[in-house]
This record gives sequence, structure tokens and C-alpha cells, in this order.
Amino acid sequence: MSENIEIGLDQNIKQSDIVSQKHLRHFLDIENLPKSLILDILDLAESFAGVSGQPVKKVPLLRGKTIVNLFFEASTRTRTTFELAAKRLSADFLNINMDYSATRKGETLLDTLRNLEAMHCDMFIVRHPSSGAAEFISKNVSQNISIINAGDGRHAHPTQAMLDIFTIRKYFPDFKKIKVAIVGDILHSRVARSLMHALRILEVPDIRVIGPKTLLPNGVEHMGVTSYVDMDEGIKGCDVVIMLRLQNERMNSSFIPDEHEYYNLYGFSPKRLDLISKKGIVMHPGPVNRGVEISSEVADGDKSVILQQVSNGIAVRMAILSLSMQP
Amino acid sequence: MKYSKDQTQALLLKIENSLKSYLLKNNIEKPIIIGVHTGGAWIADWLQKRLGYEGRAATLNISFYRDDFSKVGVNPTVEPTEMPVSVDDKHIILVDDVLFTGRTTRAAINEIFDFGRPLSVTLVVLVERNGNELPISADITGEKLELDNNKNIKLLGPDPMILEVVDKDN
Repeated sequence: MSENIEIGLDQNIKQSDIVSQKHLRHFLDIENLPKSLILDILDLAESFAGVSGQPVKKVPLLRGKTIVNLFFEASTRTRTTFELAAKRLSADFLNINMDYSATRKGETLLDTLRNLEAMHCDMFIVRHPSSGAAEFISKNVSQNISIINAGDGRHAHPTQAMLDIFTIRKYFPDFKKIKVAIVGDILHSRVARSLMHALRILEVPDIRVIGPKTLLPNGVEHMGVTSYVDMDEGIKGCDVVIMLRLQNERMNSSFIPDEHEYYNLYGFSPKRLDLISKKGIVMHPGPVNRGVEISSEVADGDKSVILQQVSNGIAVRMAILSLSMQP
Repeated sequence: MKYSKDQTQALLLKIENSLKSYLLKNNIEKPIIIGVHTGGAWIADWLQKRLGYEGRAATLNISFYRDDFSKVGVNPTVEPTEMPVSVDDKHIILVDDVLFTGRTTRAAINEIFDFGRPLSVTLVVLVERNGNELPISADITGEKLELDNNKNIKLLGPDPMILEVVDKDN
């Protein structure tokens, strides 16, 4: 958490200004979103999904708006699907790969923001290795700029959680009837955190987190989930199993014995497919470490919806961009 | 003020007959009928059946093509556009319940052209009211109406379809 101090952020991340006058202004976290707004985003994304199938894959909704990808951290899927989402809405789009070392100091980051503001941009999509960075930026930009959190440290990755629940709804329209398991490196995963909030708000009755004790956050049960250290027991009868990547880059000490051992205990091997429900699906936010948290047979098998998650990411992000940009 | 079911039905029959003669006169055999959500889609479906065409009419949701996004935003509960067939080199019958400012029709035509290059687009509306703001007029109209500025006319439906004149705030 030392990065937080570097950008001058209070340690307690407060939720604010996610919703303004029933609309999104910034999209920073899912935690405080009303259920109705989450469902609105899913419904709107459903309408946008058709645009990708049109001969001209574009609608003129955000024509004349300028959106900037402000990525302080590596990303392929999130960066490109945000870019495609913005372009399919006809917005002008800039991709700025921030050199993290150049903006370590608070003044420099704010200076960068001022410069981009001076270019009359309308929205910043922010990815940053520090928890709370998107919120920090939202408080330091002028009023007419919307901030979308594309992943901040271990804190939140709300658009990924939205596309995950969008994908789940395609298979299981009634959230109140499903069992969902999130497996792996829960401790370092902002995706897991955002997902747990989303599933809780949508009243999923059985949410499980599975992983070695070292990778389960203390007190995770307070988020309305049940924790398991035994994977077979945890995924039994689940309708949705979401596998997470081991985030080696965020681990500063040994959390697991070795990757081979980890695969044996927590990897999704083909024989584990029999444990989940008949219509069950397997998800992964990517990037996939084949043979570490999931086998190729499962990742490429017919229960896997991993690539659908990527396609759905465009429609869901189009919905979030347009709802955040409306007056 | 509400039209009766029969009055609305009479207008529907009128546009059906006019459309039949129009297609005959212009030698159009198998047009694609496209309705604008929501009222236009009901009428398009009704016409599709009356003309004996199979399946449902295509539907357009013009929300993403509107010109007032920066003023009113987007309605999250929009029905998706359903365009099951190619519009390339086809005659299009574009159906809406009411032609008012012409902005919806402008948006609908823009959207159609994102699906391809039709041979022609013919506009059919149940009611054409005063207040046009664009050089757009209907080819086939059930009825022309002069309404006060504070009045709106809308179609209730889909079964039965009934026209209603309401105050704008309503």
C-alpha cells in the first residue's frame, strides 16, 4: 500500500460520486452501486451487443467526445476493449501509455492531468498499480471530466466484474438461483473484490471463494461469501466457476509452494469438470496461465466462456462509457 | 382525447391499402418492412402479416442515432435493433407511428445505412402531425393532424392498437 502515499492518497478509500443524479458520473467501484443501475448497465449492454454484428460496427452516440486511455500498468484485453468500445461509439480516442516511473511523484501526475484537461478531453479511463488511483484522479480533475476505473491496485476492477456478470446472465438469467465460486489468488485480485460486491448486490445466494489460506484475505467472510481451502469441496455443484490468475507481480513473498503443487491443489483440471453443475460454466478474466490455474482442455473446452467474456467486454464498456457521458 | 379502436383500425387499413397500391405501382415485389421502436414496430409487424410475408418485421431502435444525446442521454431500457436480413439492394418500407419533427426518421435512415445500401426507402406513418423540423415527409400517411404545441399523439398497443392525444407533460 506504500504506493498510495506516493500519490498522496488517504489510506481509507472512500466511495464518492459514483452516482450523481441517478446517472453515472464516474465509474470507480461497484460497491455502492444500486442494483437498478447495475441492471440498467446490463440491459443497455445487451442493446450494444448487436452493434458488433452490423456491417458498419459503429453508432454515432459519442461523436465529438474525446476519451483518453490513461494506463499506468500493462494491459491488453482491457485497454483494447475500451478502445474498441469508444470507437464503436464514434468517440475520438487517445491511448496514452504512461511511463509509470515518470509519474511517481504526485505533482507530476497532476501536471499530466492538467495538460490533458487543457486538451479538452471528456473522459479518462485509468489503470494504475495503486489502489485508489482512479478515485484520486476523479477528485483532481475538472467537473466535466468522467473517470472510469480500469483497475486500481488490489482495490477494484469494476468493468471486468460488470462484463463477468453480463456473461453469467446470458447463461443464468436469475441471479437468485445460482452458486458461484471464485478460485485462486483472491488476496491480490481486484477482479475478485469487484465481483464479490456485484454478486452480493445482485443477491446471488451462494458465493464462494476458494484458495490456499495465504491467498484468502483475512475476514473475507464479511463480504457475504463462504471461504474454502479445498477446491473439490468448494466447486461442488457450482453453476459458475471463475478462475483467477496467480498475480506473481503483486506477490512480495512466497504465498504458494510452487506452481506445480498449486495446479494439483487449485488448478482446474478436466477431472474437476464433473464436480460442477450440469449446465455449469468456467470463466477466467485473463490473461490465462495454462497449466497453473487452469488446464488447456478446460480453458478451450465447451464449458469455457473465456472468449465470450472478451467479446462481452466491448458491449458492457460501451454501456458504461455512454451512461457516464450523458448529461 | 382517445381514438376508438375502430378509428385506429380504419387508419391502419388505409395505410395497408395505400401501401399495396404503392408496391404494385412501383413494381416492388418483396420489400423489407422495418418498424421503429416501439409503435412503429407494432404497425410493421401488423403490415407484415397483412401483406402475407413470413416472419416478423425487422425493428430499429434509433436511441444510439439520436441527435439529442448531449441533452437527454440514453435510455437504458432500449430494445435492441433486430435486422435479420441484409438491406443491400432491397426496397425498404420504413414504418413509424407518428411523423412529427422528422428527427426520428433522420436517425432511422442513418441506422439503416449502417446495415448496407438499400435500393430505396419508403416512409409509412399512421399519423403525420404539424411541427416538422427537417425536409422529411411521409410517402404514405393514415391521417394528417394539426395539434397544439402542448399536445402529443402516441400509439398504445400492441393489441389492440389505439391512438391517443395527450398533454406533453403526460
